[in-house]
Amino acid sequence: MSAIQNYEDRPWMDPEAEPFIKIQSVSKLFGDFVAVDSVDLEIYKGELFCLLGGSGCGKSTLLRMLAGFEMPSSGSIMIDGANMTDVPPYERPVNMMFQSYALFPHMTVEKNVAYGLKRDGIAADEIGKRVEEMLSMVELTQFRKRKPHQLSGGQQQRVALARSLIKQPKVLLLDEPLGALDKRLREQTQYELMALQDQLGITFVVVTHDQEEAMTLSTRIAVMDLGRFQQIGTPTEIYEFPNSRLVAKFIGNANMFEGRVTENSPDHVTVESHDPECQFYIDHGMSIQKGSKVWIALRPEKINISKEPPANGNANVIKGMVHDIGYLGGTSTYRVQIGDGRIVEITSPNQVRPKDGTPPIDWDQEVYLSWHASSSVVLNK
Amino acid sequence: MNTEAGLEAGSGAEVSGSMLANWANHVIHHHWRTLVLLVPFIWLLIFFLAPFFIVFKIAFAEAVIASPPYTPMIEWVDEGIMHIRVVIDNFAYLWEDDLYVNTYLNSVKISTISTILCLLIGYPMAYAIVRSSHTTKHILLMLIILPFWTSFLLRVYAWMGLLADQGLINDILTWFGLEPVRMLYTQFAVYVGIVYTYLPFMILPLYANMEKLDWTLLEAAADLGARPATTFVTVTLPATIPGIVAGALLVFIPATGEYVIPDLLGGGNVLMIGRVLYNEFNANIDWPVASAVAIALLLVLVLPMMLYQHMQGKETESR
Repeated sequence: MSAIQNYEDRPWMDPEAEPFIKIQSVSKLFGDFVAVDSVDLEIYKGELFCLLGGSGCGKSTLLRMLAGFEMPSSGSIMIDGANMTDVPPYERPVNMMFQSYALFPHMTVEKNVAYGLKRDGIAADEIGKRVEEMLSMVELTQFRKRKPHQLSGGQQQRVALARSLIKQPKVLLLDEPLGALDKRLREQTQYELMALQDQLGITFVVVTHDQEEAMTLSTRIAVMDLGRFQQIGTPTEIYEFPNSRLVAKFIGNANMFEGRVTENSPDHVTVESHDPECQFYIDHGMSIQKGSKVWIALRPEKINISKEPPANGNANVIKGMVHDIGYLGGTSTYRVQIGDGRIVEITSPNQVRPKDGTPPIDWDQEVYLSWHASSSVVLNK
Repeated sequence: MNTEAGLEAGSGAEVSGSMLANWANHVIHHHWRTLVLLVPFIWLLIFFLAPFFIVFKIAFAEAVIASPPYTPMIEWVDEGIMHIRVVIDNFAYLWEDDLYVNTYLNSVKISTISTILCLLIGYPMAYAIVRSSHTTKHILLMLIILPFWTSFLLRVYAWMGLLADQGLINDILTWFGLEPVRMLYTQFAVYVGIVYTYLPFMILPLYANMEKLDWTLLEAAADLGARPATTFVTVTLPATIPGIVAGALLVFIPATGEYVIPDLLGGGNVLMIGRVLYNEFNANIDWPVASAVAIALLLVLVLPMMLYQHMQGKETESR
C-alpha cells in the first residue's frame, strides 16, 4: 500500500469514509445580516478541524450552531448520523470550551468539573472517581477546593478543558481556546491540546483567528470570509496552494503580482506582468484561458536574492534595490524595491557566517530576485 | 515711615497667608481621606444620630400634659442635686399589651409576604428587561421609574378609587353581571398597595445585578446538559442572590414601617406598626410610648440585617 492510499490520517481523501459531522447548506441570518451563507462541510472522526477567519467572518456563529446555541435559519447539521439541526444544546453529544472559560464562579473547581456528570444523574461515587481522574489528567488535583477566581489564567483554562471533556463528548468545540493565554503558555498548551486529542480520539472543532495556531494544531483548516468558506484543506494545501488572493494573504505573507497569461501549454504556462516588467514561467499546465487576467503569489521564503544575475534566462527574475534588511539571527528579511517603487519581501536563511561582520547583501545594493518555476502560485480570483 | 510700616505689615500678612496656604496644603495632602469622610460623617451625626438620641431619650421618659409632653431626663432638685429619671415602663407596656405585640407580628407578616410577592413578580420582570434589546430596555426601565413622578399619596388615593365598593373594578364586575367584591379596607388592599408601591425597589437592584451576569454561564450550563429549569436553580439563582437580598431589604424595611398604605387602604381593619405609632403620637399625645414603639421597630428591623451582614462577612473571610 503506498502512502497516498493510507487514509488513516487523511479520512477526507477516502471516498468510502463516512463523515462524522455533516453540515449541509446551513445559513444563519440575524435580521438582514447573513452571518453564515449556505455552507457545506464534512468533518471526519478524530479530526482536529480549524475554522479560521477574521472577526465577523461567521466562524463563531457556525460553532455556536454546532453547540446548539443558535439554530440554523436553513440547512441541516448531522452529528454521528443523528440529525442535530433543532436539538437543544442540553441534548447534544457535544461540549464546548468557551473563550471566556465561563466557569461557574460560585462553585469550586471540583464542582465545576462535576457539573456535567451530575446533570446526567450519574451516581455520586462514580462522579467522584471520574472527576478525580480528570483533575489528575489536567494536573489540578491540589486545586480542587479552590474557586475559579483563585486560579491563574492557565489553570482556569485547564478547568474549562476538564469540564468540557468529562462527559466524553463525541465532538469537542473550542472557541479561541488559547486566546486568553500569554505567548509562551499558548505554545506549550497548543502541544498539550494536540497530545490530549490524540490520546482521547475525540473530534475537535476549533475556532481561531490566529493563523499560526490553526497551522500547528489542525488536520484541516477551513478559511472563512463573509460567511462562506474560501478554502478547505490541510495546512500545507492552504499555504502552498491557496485558491485565492484572500487566502494567500490571510495565511502567511505573499508578494502579489498582476499579469496576463501569454502562453498556455499542457506542460507550462507563462504570465507577463507590466508592473513590474517581468516574465513568470510556471512549470506545469493548468486550466486557464490565454489572455486572461491573473495574479501571481510568491511566498517570501521562496524567492532567492543574489548580487549576480541568475544563469537561467530572463524568466522568473526581477531586478531591484535593497531598501531595508531585518536581521532576525536565523533568517533575514529583505525588503527590495522594484520598478516604480513597489516593495517585495524576501526571507532567506543565514546559512553562511559573514566574514568580518559584513553582510553578503547590504543596503542600497542592486540585487536580482529569482525563484523556481514551481514556486509561483497562479490565482484567478 | 508710614509707607514703610504699611509695606512691612503687608509683607507680614503675605508670609502668614502663605503659611496658611502651606498648612492647608499639608492637611489636604496628608489627611484627604479623613476630610472626604468627614462630610458624610457630620451629615449623619446631625441628621441621623442626634435625632435618634432625642427619640431614644424620650422613650425613657413619662408622658405629662405639658410642652413638651414628656418629663425631662435630667432635673436639678434644690441646689446642686442632679436627679436623673429613667423610666422603662414604656417598653414593658409594649411587651405586656397584646395590641403592640400583635401589631409588630402583623407588620412583619405583611411586609414578609409583600417582599415575597415583589420578588415573585419583580424577578421575571427584571430578567425580561435585562434580556430585551437595547431600545426596549430603556423604555421598560423608564416605565418602572415613571410612577415616581407622581405623588405617592396620589397613587394610593387612585388605588382607593379602583378598589372601593363602588370603584372601577367592582363597576366592571357588576357590568359583567358578577357580584361586587369587598376589597378596600381589607388586608388584600394593603398587599396590593404595598406590592404596587415597592415593586420598583425590588426590580431596580435585581436589574443592576442581572445586568452584570455573564450569560455565557447559562450557555455553559446548557452545554453540559442542564435543562432551563436546572440552569436557573444551579446557576442563575446563585449568581443573582446579591440582587435578591438588596431588593428584599429595600422592600421589607420601609414596608414594615409603612403608615400611609395601611391607613388609607386598610382602614381600621389592618393594624400595622406605623399606624399605632401615629396614633400614640398624635391622638394620645403620648410621645414616650410613641418613641418606645419606634425604638422597638428599629430593633425588629436592624437585628436581622446585622445578622445577615455578620454572615456575609464570615463568608467573604472564608473565600
